[in-house]
Amino acid sequence: MSDFFHSVTLDKDKCKGCINCIKRCPTEAIRVRDGKADIITERCIDCGECIRVCPHHAKKAITDPLSSIEQYAYKIALTAPSLFGQFNNIDDPDLVFSALKRIGFDEVFDVSRAAELVSDATRRLLEAGNLRRPVISSACPAVLRLIRVRFPSLINRVLQLVAPMELSARMAKDAAVAAGHRREEVGCIFLTPCPAKVTAMRMPIGSAKSEVDAAVAVKDIYPLMVNAMKQGESAEPPQSGRIGLGWAESGGEAAGLLSTDSYLAADGIENVISVLEDLEDNKYPHLEFVELDACPGGCVGGVLQVENPYIAKTKIKTLRRYMPVSINHLSESIPPEMHWDVDLEYTPVMELGKTTQESFEKYAELDEILKKLPDLDCGSCGAPTCETFAEDVVRGAAALGDCVVLMRKKMEAIMSAAGLGEEPKRDSYQKWRAR
Amino acid sequence: MAAIRLNYDVPGDDFTRAGEASADLKARMKKLGMPSEGLRRAAIALYEGEINLAIHAGGGQILVELGPDKVEMTLTDQGPGIADIGLAMSEGYSTAPDEVRSLGFGAGMGLPNMKRYSDDFEIESELGKGTRVFMRVNF
Repeated sequence: MSDFFHSVTLDKDKCKGCINCIKRCPTEAIRVRDGKADIITERCIDCGECIRVCPHHAKKAITDPLSSIEQYAYKIALTAPSLFGQFNNIDDPDLVFSALKRIGFDEVFDVSRAAELVSDATRRLLEAGNLRRPVISSACPAVLRLIRVRFPSLINRVLQLVAPMELSARMAKDAAVAAGHRREEVGCIFLTPCPAKVTAMRMPIGSAKSEVDAAVAVKDIYPLMVNAMKQGESAEPPQSGRIGLGWAESGGEAAGLLSTDSYLAADGIENVISVLEDLEDNKYPHLEFVELDACPGGCVGGVLQVENPYIAKTKIKTLRRYMPVSINHLSESIPPEMHWDVDLEYTPVMELGKTTQESFEKYAELDEILKKLPDLDCGSCGAPTCETFAEDVVRGAAALGDCVVLMRKKMEAIMSAAGLGEEPKRDSYQKWRAR
Repeated sequence: MAAIRLNYDVPGDDFTRAGEASADLKARMKKLGMPSEGLRRAAIALYEGEINLAIHAGGGQILVELGPDKVEMTLTDQGPGIADIGLAMSEGYSTAPDEVRSLGFGAGMGLPNMKRYSDDFEIESELGKGTRVFMRVNF
């Protein structure tokens, strides 16, 4: 599958081949082979969990360098709501907007604006009552990709509305063209909190092409912005109210619906998975809306952010205090450009075989292999669990001899039969405990 | 192609574990490439069954036989049995104690949902002996 783009990638030189990332990957997409991690591209959902846990900083996100904005004659910065939580003493969004202009952007379009319109559209769709409940938010691109590979029965619950980042780019570009700029000269640059948004821009779900032209990591532009910030100016008015800015954190999108209290918001990939499992079992049939964020705390917890997510939330709370509830509203019905024009399709990547028959045959083999394995999930073979290892064996991607525990047993038997070497001293620990 | 047999024990005193069998079955069905609508129906029916075993029967046993075109699930318990099956099958009827209802269970939809989501549903029960439920979901 060479047509896959992933923001999350491996820096081979830094990888020590430890098992931290394989254990935490929510789609079992990483194996350690020949002493280095390898990401199985079809399975990776770009959640960035491996970047978060890698102690050697060997996992990284591909983003665009700031210099990439130079290729556009008219440069528009797209600011995510969570960006406002990255800086100290921000009492006015203008500080962020004017800093970006000093850095070289011609215009700043606050994604919070589009977020308020998505909130408005979602509210209308829920009120119209034609969607299958509970409706699942489509705002987090990592969650969308998780559903695509692991939760096929929930695909028809996903809200088919364009996410705020994409809507912002469409609106900003149309406005710039209407103001006289040539479309190909306008660049929409998203300041991204996470790798998943980079992938969403390069390989969008819900539309064939993204209008976002580049994604610069918040952590890369942060030092420049801090140096370009000046207190006391207020040239640029806020572009959104509390609802838009609320999207920065988990629960913000759902709270912005206003029309219902019957919603759930979960954050952190493990929590997201457990909610999706429960939804599959129809555990909360009365729920109207489900907001899921792969990162802890919501977008403030993105791996490309600088600030601690919980501190960022506090800062945003301060900024929101004097804002109106919402300043962006849909005037009439939901415009067509807010709807998806490409469906989300299940991508089966967990299946053992190509056909049901082959899968059943491989399952029988898998069962036999599992009986031989120690069930320790130690990860030493390079697969996250004994079961995943057994799956790799039946797929032909690993050999039983790769199990370190089995090999050690075999080696001990050979050595003791040959009268070679020292017997392992298994009682050392008990002696130490009884000291 | 031989059906895959899966056995689960549902403990009667630990609600936090209700749902484990359903989660395990779903994971296996995904590895086998089973159709998602069938997976959804089997998962819902089995989850409701697990909850019933935990709440009403003091636990029980589940046998799942998974084939390429259907899944059969047999739930057996040695609990108090059901006095009036017709009444137990009616929507909203519940004998769950208050403390169970306060946890959000016991809405009287368990058995009706098990029947609704399966293509074949059989139930037999004897007071003082226990209950046996058979469900089949065709793909």
